[in-house]
Amino acid sequence: MLILTDGEKRMLDGRDGKARRKAMQLLVRYAEALGAERFVDTRNVAGVPGSANPFLQNYYKDKSRDGLDAIFSHFDLDSDELVDVPPALVPTFHLQGGADPTAWQTLGVKVDVFRNHQEREAFAAQHDVGILKTCTPYLAGNVPAKGEHLAWMESSAVIYANSVLGARTNTEGRESTSAAMLTGKIPDWGLHRTEHRFGTHRIDVELDVSSVMDWGMLGYFVGDMVQERIPVLQGRFTRPDIVRLKHFGAAASSSGGVEMYHIVGVTPEAETLETAFGPKHPLEVFQYGRDEQRRVYDRLNTTGVDAAVDFVMLGCPHAAIEQLREAAQLLDGKKVSGNCHLWIFTSRAVKSQAHDEGITKTLGDAGAVLLTDTCSAFAQAVPPGTKVVALDSAKQAHYLPAILGVQAWFGTTRDCINAAVTGRWSADPPWQ
Amino acid sequence: MAVTATIVLRGRKVVGGRAEGEALVTRQTIPGWGGVNPVQGVITETQHELRGVSFKDKVLVCRGAKGSSGWSAMYHTARLAGTAPRALVFNEMTTKIALGAVVMRIPSVTDFDRDPLDIIDTGDWVIVDGDRGLVEVVKRTATQI
Repeated sequence: MLILTDGEKRMLDGRDGKARRKAMQLLVRYAEALGAERFVDTRNVAGVPGSANPFLQNYYKDKSRDGLDAIFSHFDLDSDELVDVPPALVPTFHLQGGADPTAWQTLGVKVDVFRNHQEREAFAAQHDVGILKTCTPYLAGNVPAKGEHLAWMESSAVIYANSVLGARTNTEGRESTSAAMLTGKIPDWGLHRTEHRFGTHRIDVELDVSSVMDWGMLGYFVGDMVQERIPVLQGRFTRPDIVRLKHFGAAASSSGGVEMYHIVGVTPEAETLETAFGPKHPLEVFQYGRDEQRRVYDRLNTTGVDAAVDFVMLGCPHAAIEQLREAAQLLDGKKVSGNCHLWIFTSRAVKSQAHDEGITKTLGDAGAVLLTDTCSAFAQAVPPGTKVVALDSAKQAHYLPAILGVQAWFGTTRDCINAAVTGRWSADPPWQ
Repeated sequence: MAVTATIVLRGRKVVGGRAEGEALVTRQTIPGWGGVNPVQGVITETQHELRGVSFKDKVLVCRGAKGSSGWSAMYHTARLAGTAPRALVFNEMTTKIALGAVVMRIPSVTDFDRDPLDIIDTGDWVIVDGDRGLVEVVKRTATQI
């Protein structure tokens, strides 16, 4: 049974305005659906408030004179009544969305659609929402502290915040983050509670997992095995850095619904195997060896048939500065093939740093395009006529063929850049 | 003898209301953003056993939800497009499926006394009473008892 504080009751009664009342009503319906008993306060919300795809834009076009308040009222807050939207009550950030503000035409975005993106960005900014426009807020200025309660969307950011940073958030959705933005409340359920953060499954890594690609494949395997449970990894691996952890988590939250993992001796709630499991015992133990790696590799390359590659996309999740440096080194003095395009996605924050370091120029001289705000899967944008893509992200290889019906090859960043330069996929599996 | 069996499952209310329809059953988790076309009401994930199958007006019986945080927004969009399922029957509670059920505004039940995946087959007629947490299953095919 859900118990409300006086402050929560005041919002629900409408004494803090109509919009907060609608937000609280939605959060109560959501908490009751979960079976939560209370709310937890949050001062760190990451969502996509007020954003809209063409379907929603069109659906709400005639609902009121102010389409943006209508989208926020009816869709974000699931309210039948139109309300005036006040500014964010607690610090709130906008994740990826829209189109690159300078290179939107490259993404094939029409001018009227771009204007809509700009209007929605202005709406968010006017409501005190920080414009990060990235799936990697933790690389762009929003780095939560250990134990901090968040209301975050974006599965790859949620898994990073819980596992690597020790912050606490469930995978929130569009509606729950927008409601949290106006109330500073989110159901105290799941990963907000210590007893639900312990490991459930053990993964014995029997293979030296070291490259970014290795960690992506391991993440894809783990997600498939444990679905939405909490895996604890131990065994033979080279200590992972930020880029590897980012790639691992994104893969695990795509093939399954993993929102938290432990790596013994690496992540903050897993100093030892015993602390990672707490009072629990593993429900199952899975081995990850050569055979498992082969199966993952084959699955990620299921759709890859033709060697002629039209398009290479890097930066899923959005590239860290280290990844842009690596791409620039691999491309230095080379040119992207006339039969191929190379797009690299990152955050506005990292792009700004890349510009100052001269990386953007090196990439541009080679014919690569550095883009922000979105990615090919999210924007459903690839160069015209694209049939075969090369990707270094297990997450993108999971989504892009399903979304756009293209063939996908999955390999290392170096394999992908070779494909961009030669126009052909010629990478061997990692065990050859 | 052969009879058309009616079975009643008892669970917990997720979203109230009452609806009935033909069951669409999968032991797999249901994908959200990037694995579903909400305007058409069809699962699109490359390796999903329901790929190309429509959930419009079905009683969706599944393990739970998976994947992107865009889950609720996708199924919310399906509601607006008129392609949403009529009811949800599932085993594993997550924030994705809870919020998705809420914004689809369809009767939904979980935490059953018996596993609905062992009892309900695609094509069975299912009546979901969200407020009472009851799911009544009318088997499509006669059962030998």
